[in-house]
Amino acid sequence: MKKTLFFVFAALLLAAPVKAQNITVEVSNLTHGIYFTPLLVAAHPEGTHLFQSGIPASVNLQAMAEGGEISGLISDLMAVSADIADNPAGGLLGPGLSASATFPKGGKNDFLSITAMLLPTNDGFVGLDALEIPKPKGVYTFYLNAYDAGTEANNEIINGGGAPGVLGIPADPGGNNGTGGTGITLTEKNKTVHIHRGVLGDTDLNGGPSDLTSTAHRWLNPVAKLVITVN
Amino acid sequence: MKKQAYWMMAALLLTSFFIQGCGEDNPQSTGASSRSYDITVVNLSSNQPLSPIAAIMHGPGYQGMTLGSPASLGLEQLAESGDHSAFILEAKASGAVSDTVSGTNVITPGAQTTLTLTGDEQLFTLVSMLVNTNDAIAAVNVIHLDQMAKNETMTLFVRAYDAGTEGNSETAGEVPGPAGNGEGFNSARNDRNVVSLHPGVISQDDGLPASALDQSHRFDQPVAKILIKRVS
Repeated sequence: MKKTLFFVFAALLLAAPVKAQNITVEVSNLTHGIYFTPLLVAAHPEGTHLFQSGIPASVNLQAMAEGGEISGLISDLMAVSADIADNPAGGLLGPGLSASATFPKGGKNDFLSITAMLLPTNDGFVGLDALEIPKPKGVYTFYLNAYDAGTEANNEIINGGGAPGVLGIPADPGGNNGTGGTGITLTEKNKTVHIHRGVLGDTDLNGGPSDLTSTAHRWLNPVAKLVITVN
Repeated sequence: MKKQAYWMMAALLLTSFFIQGCGEDNPQSTGASSRSYDITVVNLSSNQPLSPIAAIMHGPGYQGMTLGSPASLGLEQLAESGDHSAFILEAKASGAVSDTVSGTNVITPGAQTTLTLTGDEQLFTLVSMLVNTNDAIAAVNVIHLDQMAKNETMTLFVRAYDAGTEGNSETAGEVPGPAGNGEGFNSARNDRNVVSLHPGVISQDDGLPASALDQSHRFDQPVAKILIKRVS
């Protein structure tokens, strides 16, 4: 009898989290050799945008896209009382890895945005711009594209340059890069946020036009998978 | 007697048709009542200007392109030269089209343009050439708008397709955009002659020496974004 009661209690306790009105968000890195810098995942009101394709990047988006710095975007989100998951991966999110965050359900923060810089790129980032979070309970899958912030020429030279306006790539966390490249280009044709054309790279680890390695660093869209679970 | 029955049937059909059509705000309603949509096209490519767009509002009796099938002559001309006039004429000739817009502006990378379609058919097709290619088109094909409520918006990401009518030589002589200033339409069909997704361009910077294109002309999917708003 006691045992039965215990199990009933246990069942109730186990059931409790399922009843919680929340939303879990899982982001997976689908690339072959690209790392995501600390993710910024936020639920926010309608009308808020971390970026919009076809529109020039804000200075805070530029800082994220060129160097992985998300504090400026977090300030922007706090100003609209967004629910913010700051760096849910606890650092870099490598190829094949996933990170999750939980958000309250209901209220005005019913749009979801995501950004993270792609390493090694000059100003590439994975992005989601204000997706309306589905309301009915269920599991929803989306695929995210790689964007180019349009703020820095894609010279593909790894020189530690991550500050806004400093030409160059901060690092390749995977260590597949070469050195001594002469640089792919000094110009950026589309200065608005747009779909990244991909990196060129080369196969010369001690020179050539690019410090990136074509066999290691290329990708095709989509670059991330997003699974939203509405509980 | 037979004739009477026929007319009664016709009247019944018409009645049900109009009842359906009256539900202007009923998202289930299809056809019968005219609606307007504002269509904004944003070029998301790095360095591929988009030719003036061809936008078509149509019914099920028209299909501007079919994956895996040869392009029409009008689609071939659009895809190879950016000239949409024959493509629009083909659409009108189908008898299943309620509105067309023949764009006049090139949409440069990062730029956008807005047009309005108005009509009583609720399928939507849009095509534009990526001009620094042999025969690439940005296209959305038979998009259903009938579920949209008034003032509702929808975002579409637009993929690049290969019309399959011209080999992807990338040479200056055969790329009509500013990267080549070459020939546009040529009636010879020297590619696979079926419409497919575009494999992307290679460029001289990635191992195709004869290419007039450089690394900036490379693209990944999607190449454009379309924002649709039903305004009436």
